[in-house]
Amino acid sequence: MLSISNLSVSVSDKPILKGLSLDVPAGEVHAVMGPNGAGKSTLGYALAGRPNYEVTGGSATWRGEDLLDLEPAERAAKGLYLSFQYPVEIPGVPALTFVRAAINAQRKARGEAEMTAPEFLKAAKAAATALKMDFDMLKRPLNVGFSGGEKKRMEVLQMALLQPSMLILDETDSGLDIDALKVVADGVNALRSPERSMLVITHYQRLLDYIRPDRVHVLAGGRIVASGGPELALELEAEGYDKYLEVA
Amino acid sequence: MTTALDLANPDTFPSRRDEDWKYSDVRRLLRTMPPASPVGVVHGGGPFFEHGGDALTFINGRAVGDDHFTAFGDHVVRLRFVSEASETGHTVTATVGARRNSKLIILESHEGAGSAYVAHNRLTIAAASGAEIVRIVLVDEPADALSITQASVTLGAGATFAQTVLTTGAKLQRFETRVKHPGEGTRVRIDGAYLVEESRHADMTTEVDHVGGNGETDQLTKGVVRDAGRGVFQGRIIVREGADGTDARMGHHALITSDRGEVDAKPELEIYADDVSCAHGNTVGALDESALFYMEQRGIPADEAKVLLTEAFLMEVVDRIGHEGARERVRAWLMERL
Ligand SMILES: Nc1ncnc2c1ncn2[C@@H]1O[C@H](COP(=O)(O)OP(=O)(O)OP(=O)(O)O)[C@@H](O)[C@H]1O
Ligand SMILES: [Mg+2]
Repeated sequence: MLSISNLSVSVSDKPILKGLSLDVPAGEVHAVMGPNGAGKSTLGYALAGRPNYEVTGGSATWRGEDLLDLEPAERAAKGLYLSFQYPVEIPGVPALTFVRAAINAQRKARGEAEMTAPEFLKAAKAAATALKMDFDMLKRPLNVGFSGGEKKRMEVLQMALLQPSMLILDETDSGLDIDALKVVADGVNALRSPERSMLVITHYQRLLDYIRPDRVHVLAGGRIVASGGPELALELEAEGYDKYLEVA
Repeated sequence: MTTALDLANPDTFPSRRDEDWKYSDVRRLLRTMPPASPVGVVHGGGPFFEHGGDALTFINGRAVGDDHFTAFGDHVVRLRFVSEASETGHTVTATVGARRNSKLIILESHEGAGSAYVAHNRLTIAAASGAEIVRIVLVDEPADALSITQASVTLGAGATFAQTVLTTGAKLQRFETRVKHPGEGTRVRIDGAYLVEESRHADMTTEVDHVGGNGETDQLTKGVVRDAGRGVFQGRIIVREGADGTDARMGHHALITSDRGEVDAKPELEIYADDVSCAHGNTVGALDESALFYMEQRGIPADEAKVLLTEAFLMEVVDRIGHEGARERVRAWLMERL
């Protein structure tokens, strides 16, 4: 279970998260919705350990272990995966080289044997096929010149290969065409399992038609201001965030 | 400094008051003539040994056999400047040429051992018309050495000259290449990469002088500076009056990965002709923080992520080497030093 308690985070000395509490039990998928600038991406970055996202209070644990004390790469090796709202371009490093380096770095940190080149190639080909991606694209430098939608697919492809246990999807649906949304959602659903937890940040109910959440939370003003079942997402779509902004 | 550098004459030692040497002050480190280096013995075959070819070897200033090489037809020459000296100095004068329509690959290595030596290498390279010369240079010297290499390159019409220099610097190291470019379909590629750590200093100075029209120059230098290292890039491309139709591109890009590192760059395009296509780009920056975090998020530890980004950055220069065997050798050489 991911357990976040009273978390406060400042960016450049500006308080963004102000005592946020949220639990995602193992096997569950929770959606986080909220207005622009509410702090949704900040939550993802803080959990992943981005420099300059200073935790000023509260705690976050994953499977009972304190996350906030670990280096970003250590958190990743523990199974934390953040699908970036804006995936970063890595010039000069082919996507395949990058993903293999990531897998083997994580395995090394966990004391596991490295994945061999043939094993990796086979897995990468299967994942590319499942996500309807051209395998040749993976020979290009990661994300460089990729379209917005291609970058998002690339995030899900890495997820499929890294097999993380705690997934944070930050607007993985934005920039995707209708067919891609379905393909990506299938990719995410394939990872659903009783051991995994997922936090799905989105602005749109449409994604939640494909990835059915167990719970929906509203993040406004740096806090979770409302929580409910999947019907809450429908209500938000119809009514907007007005009534929560007053609460926040 | 108007007269050429001569280790036997301290009056010729350049200082930062000489515009061309303002970032590499020799006089600050060397005021008197260094004692002469002893006779040395060459060990091993150098970093390009596996690539065969003829060898033109110098140790502590003395030629082991010939001091010049001329190619007819297709040739590979391993040009080795070996220094194995302590607190002494030596000068090499070498000549390499390629006759009409011949093809010469110069695999050059600067192999330094010992400490605090002063090395001055003077090299003359001449490609006759239609000849092709590829010059690939690996420079590996002790942190306390002072070394200056000055190559002067002359090209005939329709010749091709492609150079790639990789260095890790020294206490003060200057690598100079001056090319007389006749135009007339002659093509020059003049690339370099420096990776300097600790308090090393690497100076890459080039000058390409287009005296005739319709010539091409393509230059890419990339550098990475760590710790208190210092990188210097001085690139000058001159397009003389009447050298119309010249196509010249110059790029210098450096990364500084510490607070104490320094890069001094002086790219210069001096154009006195009309109808030329010239461009230059110069950037000095830090490693991309967001790329580093992205890599760490995927499980790649920070140190490894930095090496991967540095490698990717510098390999662009290596990828431009056309000769596959040499390219892979250079790639391996660089990987060992990242
Ligand atoms: N470096 C910074 N300095 C100051 N404020 C910042 C900085 N980085 C982010 N912020 C602010 O933090 C707030 C939260 O940003 P965040 O990206 O978490 O919002 P979000 O909920 O993900 O919004 P969106 O739905 O638009 O993606 C915003 O008001 C943003 O301007
Ligand atoms: Mg966001």
